[in-house]
Amino acid sequence: MHWIDYASPHSVREAVDLLNEAGGSARPMAGGTDVLVQLRANALPDVNLLVDMKNIPELNEMTMDPEVGLTLGAAVPCYKIYGNKAIEHAFPGLIDCASLIGGTQIQGRASLGGNLCNAAPSGDSIPVMIALGGVARISGPSGDREVPLEDFCTGVRRTVIQQGEILVSLHFPAPVANQGANYMRFIPRNEMDIAVAGVGCSVVLDNGNIKSARVALSSVAPTPLYVKEIGDAIAGKPANEETLKLAGQMAKDAAKPITDMRGTIEYRKHLCDVLTRRSLQIAIDRAKES
Amino acid sequence: MTTTDYERNIVLSNVEYNVVGTRPVRPDGADKVTGRALYGADFDTSGLLHGKVLRSPHAHARIRSIDTSKAEALQGVLAVVTGKDMPHEADESDGTKYSRDNILASDKVLYKGHAVAAVAATNPHVAEEAIGLIEVDYEVLKPVLTAPEAMKDSAPILHEGLKTEELGEKTDKVSNIANHFQHVKGDIAKGFADADVVVEREYNTVTVHQGYIEPHGATALWNTDGRLHIWCSTQGAFTARDATAGILGVPVSQVRVTPMEIGGGFGGKIPVYVEPIAALLSKKSGHAVKVVMSRAEVFESTGPTSGSNIRIKVGAKNDGTITALQGYLAFEAGGYPGSPVNAGAICIFAAYDVDNVLIDGYDVVVNKPKSAPYRAPGAPNAAFACEQAIDELAGKLGMDPIDLRLKNAAVEGTRRPDGPAFPRIGCVEVLEAMKNHPHYSAPLGPNQGRGVAIGYWFNIGFQSSVNINVNSDGTISLIEGSTDIGGTRASISMQAAEVLGIPMEDVRPSVVDTDSIGFTAVTGGSRTTFATGWAAYEAAQDVARQMIERAATIWDVDKDGIELKNGVFQSKADPELKMTFKELSGQLLDTGGTVVGRASMNAGGLGAGGGSFAGNIVDVEVDPDTGKTLVTRMTAIQDAGKAIHPSYVEGQMQGGSVQGIGWALNEEYYMRDDGSMANTSLLDYRMPTSLDIPMIDTVIVEVASAEHPYGVRGVGEANIVPPTPAIANAVHSAIGIRMANLPINSVAIMEAKWKQQGN
Ligand SMILES: Cc1cc2nc3c(=O)[nH]c(=O)nc-3n(C[C@H](O)[C@H](O)[C@H](O)COP(=O)(O)OP(=O)(O)OC[C@H]3O[C@@H](n4cnc5c(N)ncnc54)[C@H](O)[C@@H]3O)c2cc1C
Repeated sequence: MHWIDYASPHSVREAVDLLNEAGGSARPMAGGTDVLVQLRANALPDVNLLVDMKNIPELNEMTMDPEVGLTLGAAVPCYKIYGNKAIEHAFPGLIDCASLIGGTQIQGRASLGGNLCNAAPSGDSIPVMIALGGVARISGPSGDREVPLEDFCTGVRRTVIQQGEILVSLHFPAPVANQGANYMRFIPRNEMDIAVAGVGCSVVLDNGNIKSARVALSSVAPTPLYVKEIGDAIAGKPANEETLKLAGQMAKDAAKPITDMRGTIEYRKHLCDVLTRRSLQIAIDRAKES
Repeated sequence: MTTTDYERNIVLSNVEYNVVGTRPVRPDGADKVTGRALYGADFDTSGLLHGKVLRSPHAHARIRSIDTSKAEALQGVLAVVTGKDMPHEADESDGTKYSRDNILASDKVLYKGHAVAAVAATNPHVAEEAIGLIEVDYEVLKPVLTAPEAMKDSAPILHEGLKTEELGEKTDKVSNIANHFQHVKGDIAKGFADADVVVEREYNTVTVHQGYIEPHGATALWNTDGRLHIWCSTQGAFTARDATAGILGVPVSQVRVTPMEIGGGFGGKIPVYVEPIAALLSKKSGHAVKVVMSRAEVFESTGPTSGSNIRIKVGAKNDGTITALQGYLAFEAGGYPGSPVNAGAICIFAAYDVDNVLIDGYDVVVNKPKSAPYRAPGAPNAAFACEQAIDELAGKLGMDPIDLRLKNAAVEGTRRPDGPAFPRIGCVEVLEAMKNHPHYSAPLGPNQGRGVAIGYWFNIGFQSSVNINVNSDGTISLIEGSTDIGGTRASISMQAAEVLGIPMEDVRPSVVDTDSIGFTAVTGGSRTTFATGWAAYEAAQDVARQMIERAATIWDVDKDGIELKNGVFQSKADPELKMTFKELSGQLLDTGGTVVGRASMNAGGLGAGGGSFAGNIVDVEVDPDTGKTLVTRMTAIQDAGKAIHPSYVEGQMQGGSVQGIGWALNEEYYMRDDGSMANTSLLDYRMPTSLDIPMIDTVIVEVASAEHPYGVRGVGEANIVPPTPAIANAVHSAIGIRMANLPINSVAIMEAKWKQQGN
């Protein structure tokens, strides 16, 4: 491993300047649970400066407003998310993913912002954040902008973040009545494993019918995959087994997985069907309880 | 997770002991739990350099040339070595060439990860940069990765000089088959002619790794006086010394190996890998050099155990009498000959007393790392096949699978197909304990199934040495040469304490280097508590003899009139004449000098003590939609002969079971077509975590071995033999499909279900 410099800016502006000046040789670091591993594996040979995100106030924000929704700083570690009662109550879907990334040690450092910016096809937080209608707030040399999360990842480990930009926070609209969400992944072991397929979903119910739904998949395409058609097709339908079957079949059809050591194309497509049905059922149950 | 109470262990030996059979705290415990114990990579010394190894990116290639000039020129680099630095003598034997080439390739690389050069530098980062500057010109060849493929006449040949040995005779045929042997008993044709029911099936197992958590690490200092000192994590300091000396072409007396603590080995730390490389780098640089592997290097460049192709044919009469057993075993040796197919062939039918048996074994080279021992090497592969076939036979006969095994079980006097007759063994007792265990009749839930299997490992005896120094405060220092992997400081000390009638806490065991104790064979083959424990028993007897003589001198009586009982020396004739072990110890220096006891003994060969049988009862639950299989309950039952320290016996049984669960369900070298391993990290090489296993209940059966003074049988290995077939049988009971290939992962289960449903 080569020499790496480290900088710890205390404002968004300072961070953006540092990254902008360094050009391609600097990388933001939140928890470091992806970037440090990649550096040690020589996967980032050109990087020689890490810019710490953890000391910037905006990136550590965690505000829950019943009207505006949730603003989650990009560097907030998982344990703070699942330790927060307001989030636990309003966004059980976020708790699902924050509490299954890595183990206790990893959750002490790892952030959902880092999970998103790392843009792995298997990133466990991304599908449910898409399903919840999340928006990324980005700051850069030429100002601030917002990007819906379904448009954030553009390829394997590639995102809309440009040179000098940082992800400041994630924003989620306040949940409405009778809304429920869930993230579910399939792993061969019970812990410390990488998703063979994953499904994040959010539903709003109306008198036993599905009023609206959003479903996104992980590990079955180069990017997390938002399958808008599922929501379109099941909106207005009763929240029953037949509807879940339809959703499962559509997820299976939408998935574009590869065969690798973690699973075959056929098996992963099959999992999309099974997981979509199971995950939607949990989201529906949660919506009923909410 | 189920947490069931332990079933009572089944003690069939009637002798009562004071120390043997108790559960004292281990002597090495405090250092290990406080992080103070020093492992392979922890050694440090002045002027230490760090070595890194350049490894082949190809699974099969000829080396045309290696240019190390740029690496040598890099600032901070003090030595670069290649295969040319190995002492290849003109009359080098094939075996010696193979063992040297496996350390640093000379003419060919035979697996991805095969070492081709190494660098020593002032820090590991410079060394890493330097190996990137070494230029190797390869002629890339087509790899062959499995035994059935490599055995074809059209297969790429790994060694142009390798001629097949056929039934004990060297032939002129150049092929990847290093050896074909047979074990014959009775008349196999007659056996099948007598059968009413026949089961015949083919099974495949894949390459798996021992998965010890500590990677290989060694530091070598080749001093200016010509003496080489190595500090390393090894299962055997003497075998590491002898192997390193042989590879480097120096006398064993020139090499001293100091064993560090060892973070797991399971057989994989018997061979040397980095030791000779560190030595060559030290010789060239004049400094001590440390080489520590990464996890990927451990996977790609050290010996996993063989993948195998096994066919079983078994015939039985309607009453369950097995009339014929036939086995075909083709094992992948890796890049050089020497798979554990022989051991697999010894064990495959060992549990059965059958008149007509034929076993064919093939040792086949393929483009994977050279296989190394892994806990009961070869036996789990063999049992995976045999024990599923027996289960299938029980189903066809409509018999309870344990009853079928009991009807045909091997007993004292049964001749194993490979020749020897069994001494006293516990096969029947283990099967009976399985049958009587409440687990066997407990109700099952939905999507659950139950399987059973039995397995055998023959164990080894070999050479062990122990010295005992008596201290003036009544304690003893016990000096031994067996590296302690599974709590053997405790189990060896306990046997000495039992002889002398002192508490185990009064024994101070030390594992020492090769200059400080007599030759001691590896910690492996389930031999250490058996053989080094036996040597400790003999050394303690030596101490007792000498101390009785001393008491005789002090009391001026005949030594034959004195006995040592429960730690007290006493005159048989005069009850007033007695001294505790401690009292006499305090007088030794003033009455003729201290007492040193010693023993160096050969504890037998293969099959020492009769070996050990182990059985499993396993429940699994298979998710009908995803195929994911959880082991919901597991009971391990094993004949320990006599459990010296029952907690460590239980630990061995649980450890072997956990490794068996991994082997059965998820572990595999996932090979790409080009012969590279895709999953070289513990993220994707899926060993079970603590959340993937239930509480594993244990039952220790004690059928005392007739050979060992306390009746001990080694227990380190047999416990990994039955899990893979027991789990496969349980999966069959849950889903009605025979899973004949490992691993039985969720993809394989769903594919089998889809195939059965016809889509
Ligand atoms: C043992 C282990 C287990 C793991 N298990 C899981 C798992 O179960 N599921 C899973 O999805 N992942 C897992 N991971 C991966 C990793 O922990 C997660 O992706 C985690 O969420 C990354 O967050 P981080 O804060 O550590 O990111 P970092 O490593 O700090 O950053 C990740 C990437 O995002 C960029 N980045 C970070 N912050 C910003 C920012 N504010 N603006 C722009 N770019 C930024 C970095 O430059 C880097 O490219 C595991 C990792 C380990 C080591």
